[in-house]
Amino acid sequence: MSAPTRAEVVAVAVAEAFRGDGEILANPIGTIPMIGGRLAKATFEPYLLMTDGEGLLIENIMPVGVENPEKVIAAWNPYRSMFDIVWNGPRHVMMGATQIDQYGNQNIAMLGGTIAQPKTQLLGFRGAPGNTINNKTSYFVPNHSTKSFVAHVDVVSGIGYDKAAKLGAHAARFHCLPRVVSNLGVFDFETPDHRMRLRSAHPGVSIDVIVAATGFELEIPNGCPETRLPTDAELQLIRDVIDPNSWREQELPNPS
Amino acid sequence: MAAPDKRVTFDEIVGEIDDGMTVGIGGWGSRRKPMALVRALLRSPVKDLTIVSYGGPDVGMLCRADKVAKVVYAFVSLDSIPLEPHFRNARQRGAVATTELDEGMFLLGLQAAAWRVPFLPTRVGLGSDVLANPDLKLVTSPYGEQEQLVAMPALELDVALVHMHRGDQGGNGQFLNVDPYFDDLMCSAATKSFMSVERIVATEDFLKEGSVHTLRINRLMVSGVIETPNGAHFTDCPPDYARDEAFQKEYAASAKSDEAWDAFRAKYLDVSEADYQKAVTS
Repeated sequence: MSAPTRAEVVAVAVAEAFRGDGEILANPIGTIPMIGGRLAKATFEPYLLMTDGEGLLIENIMPVGVENPEKVIAAWNPYRSMFDIVWNGPRHVMMGATQIDQYGNQNIAMLGGTIAQPKTQLLGFRGAPGNTINNKTSYFVPNHSTKSFVAHVDVVSGIGYDKAAKLGAHAARFHCLPRVVSNLGVFDFETPDHRMRLRSAHPGVSIDVIVAATGFELEIPNGCPETRLPTDAELQLIRDVIDPNSWREQELPNPS
Repeated sequence: MAAPDKRVTFDEIVGEIDDGMTVGIGGWGSRRKPMALVRALLRSPVKDLTIVSYGGPDVGMLCRADKVAKVVYAFVSLDSIPLEPHFRNARQRGAVATTELDEGMFLLGLQAAAWRVPFLPTRVGLGSDVLANPDLKLVTSPYGEQEQLVAMPALELDVALVHMHRGDQGGNGQFLNVDPYFDDLMCSAATKSFMSVERIVATEDFLKEGSVHTLRINRLMVSGVIETPNGAHFTDCPPDYARDEAFQKEYAASAKSDEAWDAFRAKYLDVSEADYQKAVTS
């Protein structure tokens, strides 16, 4: 078995974000998040329910980026039913973030300018406000830099812990941001005031590199560990079953 | 059997849409969009529309053609091309007003209009910059902890435009892909609704096409129906056809310059639907 690539380390870090979730809808968005989520289901979280990327919930471990994959269909889940799950609660979504700040506020809507005339129009709010106020929301950021990890997001799409705190404990009782996974490391908000903390640095990435690529003060625990390496069994699942065409290496090329 | 005949022409549909109206467009992103009806709007002189849409190329094209005063949306995307280039250009020029919502708030707004209530409560939006919009207000629950919730206002539509796979001449509509999207809600939220379909079939033949569960739109929701084969082109309309990715790329490339748009428009939009279909299938 050849050495794991950065994309494979990251996929395992994504899988770890779903550890302990039990029987909920794991809803990672994007190629590597989907690989990681399916890896979690294939190994330590077998009762996760996952989508086919569209309107079906499936029970088998479906490969990513393969034409007409086999699907063991468990349930019909058109968009309207997805909102039923989001608002009911048993879901952990992993979204992207164009910008994220130290409390986990996320922006995918627009950059610069004003709401009336943004400098750069992005996707829109999509489902971020509803996700973050209703169920677990983690983030995947494949391009960690001071442009993506920022002191202040231009627009709050998904709400962070400071915004949630202002709403009060009752209103924000379902708000939970378990994890942020980037190409450089793994982060969480397990600090007294829920500021972002480095949970682990990926092998080969120094803490100095992470600090320099982050536009706010990151909590760095003493003796911060390295992100764990994939096991041989995990590598085999990723390479042979979940992503046989290696789409992961395109989404996150191995650092040279 | 007595059922009305609601078959209409493009001209009759466009004749119902006046300047300044609020028009809801069904589908989702670049999926099962009523593009033949959008193209009919593009050929008409109508302007200053408010477009309410889970947005795709419908929004981009109408913005580019200066038909739009305002867009109400949660996203505008071509799916395989994540950012809709014409919509981006319009936003970055400040050319259209907007109400940007969460995807679920959008659903609640349509549902409120369909149920004829002024708003529906939700916690969606709390803490986020969706609420930077002064038109969105909070409401206090009269029950329990008396928590504050967002009062998502009804998205009342003058006209809804949707595209279904099959319909009958009375206006019953059937979807044959996995997701019905929100087309039935769009219709119920509107004063008048027009449904294009891939094929008009006899009512008694619906169940040869799909199960009873696919009969999502009933004729109470629909003012007029029109048969437009390949009418969702170039958006995704399985099982009848997939998205025309090559054409979508050509469409996206038309955002690069005025000349590119003029050429695209002359070739594909300043022509009849029949000539459009000839141009894209040749």
